[in-house]
Amino acid sequence: MADNEQQRGQASNAAVDEAPVNGLKLPAIDLKGASRSYGSRTILKDLSLTVERGELFGLLGPSGSGKTTLIKLITGLEAASAGEATLLGKRVPNRQVLAKVGYMAQADALYNELTGTQNLEFFAALYGLSGARRQERIESVLALVDLTEHRSKPVSAYSGGMKRRLSLAVALLHEPELLLLDEPTVGIDPALRQSIWAELLALRGRGITIVLTTHVMDEADRCDRIGLIRDGRLIAIGSPDELRTATGAATIEEAFIVLGRGTEA
Amino acid sequence: MRIRALALRILRQFGKDRRTLALLFLAPLLVLTLMYFVFNGQSTAPKLAGVGLPEFLGAKLTAAGADLVSYSSKDEAEADLKEGKLSAIVFTEGNRIAVRLEGSDPAEAKSALLLLQQAMQPDESAEATTSSAFSSQLLVSYEYGDGTLTSFDSFGPVLVGFFSFFFVFLLAGVAFLREQTTGTLERLMATPIRRFEVAAGYLAGFGVFAILQATLIATYSIHVLGLYMDGSFWLVLLTNLLLSLVALTLGTLLSSFAGSEFQIIQFIPVVIVPQVFFSGLFNLDAMNPWLQKLSYVMPLYYGADALRSVMLRSASFAGVLPDLSILLGFSALFFLLNLLALGKQRAF
Repeated sequence: MADNEQQRGQASNAAVDEAPVNGLKLPAIDLKGASRSYGSRTILKDLSLTVERGELFGLLGPSGSGKTTLIKLITGLEAASAGEATLLGKRVPNRQVLAKVGYMAQADALYNELTGTQNLEFFAALYGLSGARRQERIESVLALVDLTEHRSKPVSAYSGGMKRRLSLAVALLHEPELLLLDEPTVGIDPALRQSIWAELLALRGRGITIVLTTHVMDEADRCDRIGLIRDGRLIAIGSPDELRTATGAATIEEAFIVLGRGTEA
Repeated sequence: MRIRALALRILRQFGKDRRTLALLFLAPLLVLTLMYFVFNGQSTAPKLAGVGLPEFLGAKLTAAGADLVSYSSKDEAEADLKEGKLSAIVFTEGNRIAVRLEGSDPAEAKSALLLLQQAMQPDESAEATTSSAFSSQLLVSYEYGDGTLTSFDSFGPVLVGFFSFFFVFLLAGVAFLREQTTGTLERLMATPIRRFEVAAGYLAGFGVFAILQATLIATYSIHVLGLYMDGSFWLVLLTNLLLSLVALTLGTLLSSFAGSEFQIIQFIPVVIVPQVFFSGLFNLDAMNPWLQKLSYVMPLYYGADALRSVMLRSASFAGVLPDLSILLGFSALFFLLNLLALGKQRAF
């Protein structure tokens, strides 16, 4: 954990400088000793993490390791039992800051009875988009996730991949500064996964900070930095190259196994 | 082998669900206990008021088991009759005995009439001469209705209120539960929406359904089923709407404590059925007075009381205002509790 300090902010990402950071140099996400427990069960233990603006940060770990709880803690849906979390310069929980955050939950939180457009209209209204601007944003995100031709179908008729894409469209509707994506590509076929990744990289190019969880190793490789999470602890943070070098492993997968062993010893 | 495995799985599955077990074993006991108290209480004598009655008749009525109270003026008795404190007033009109029945409960009116007829039966005793001074013909009049009220007319208003309450409760409960289980509520909470907005949005959305349903039920029962209706239709609608609002807020509140649609159903015997018993479908006069007080915490009791007052006794807005205010109070209370319960979804 000691080398986290040096590794922080090392992302060599030119997009950071171009990003509309509102003149602030505050990090997008700053966790200081955050813990989360339910009764005697501890999900997250003393987690410290800084994500800079414009970074594409991946949280990698097996299921049940606390990735989703960490994402919820960052949004403020869950409160930290100890420590603190700061999101875009605001201490969470904070309702207003959510207007700048795009969130995609692990489960597709869509209304199956409504059409794709109706779902988008609903969420657009919640984010305060109205009139021509709402219309324009809906067209834009529908085109982005390639759902324009399916917009009038009820979501119940969508395939799993289409639902995932619509969820991503909802997260992008209000042009958030920060995207929190919980397993954005789970259950999506390889071709579509490629197109979603192309989109994520394009968004990062525009200066949008992206934090996503995954348990797919080759996805982790595409992030600027990754945090390895295991049993509610961050066992390592760094760029994929740094992690491979540090562990002498050839792949992230091996590095993860080496680092996991280290914590158990 | 497979059957055993299946049975074991089911036992394990539900053995941990305490609420389902409670439903299975305790809810029937609860309902049976309530029915016991409703149907097995001491039988009641109709409350009669006597105004200037000949002594022999008073004595005979009391002997027949009537609960007879003497009033000095007929107006005073009339006022109590209007408020439903009395079943009937017995008075003299010339040489005839007259009875004015409250009339909104056919069973009660019937038993009061029966008592009077018993008391007026000429007998062979010495008193017979005195009684012959009065005609044996009884003059009958009704405060409410005209004596043609059927049992359905009497408890129909209660059913109108009950069905509004029950179905809105289920609809709102299941819908809000869905929102929780499909994750859309969590997704809502990740937008800058206020908790108040979520609760109010639900109230507004389902409020529309509640208004439609209240209108439909009231129209159907009055115009199609020919339910006795002597009051303002608008007042019936207003009462039904307020009752639906209570059901709506209560349904969403309880769904926060349910994990599945099945667990919503489990609230029916616990929350809905007891209210039916206390709503006026059954005459509670026979019930233990201590238990009767339970009706004060049951929204359906106030709704049914208001509906009966309007439909059977053509009560005015002012007359049902206390009932309506209490219904509004219940809605406000459940709404506030909803706001608190939403705290489960988001830390703020």
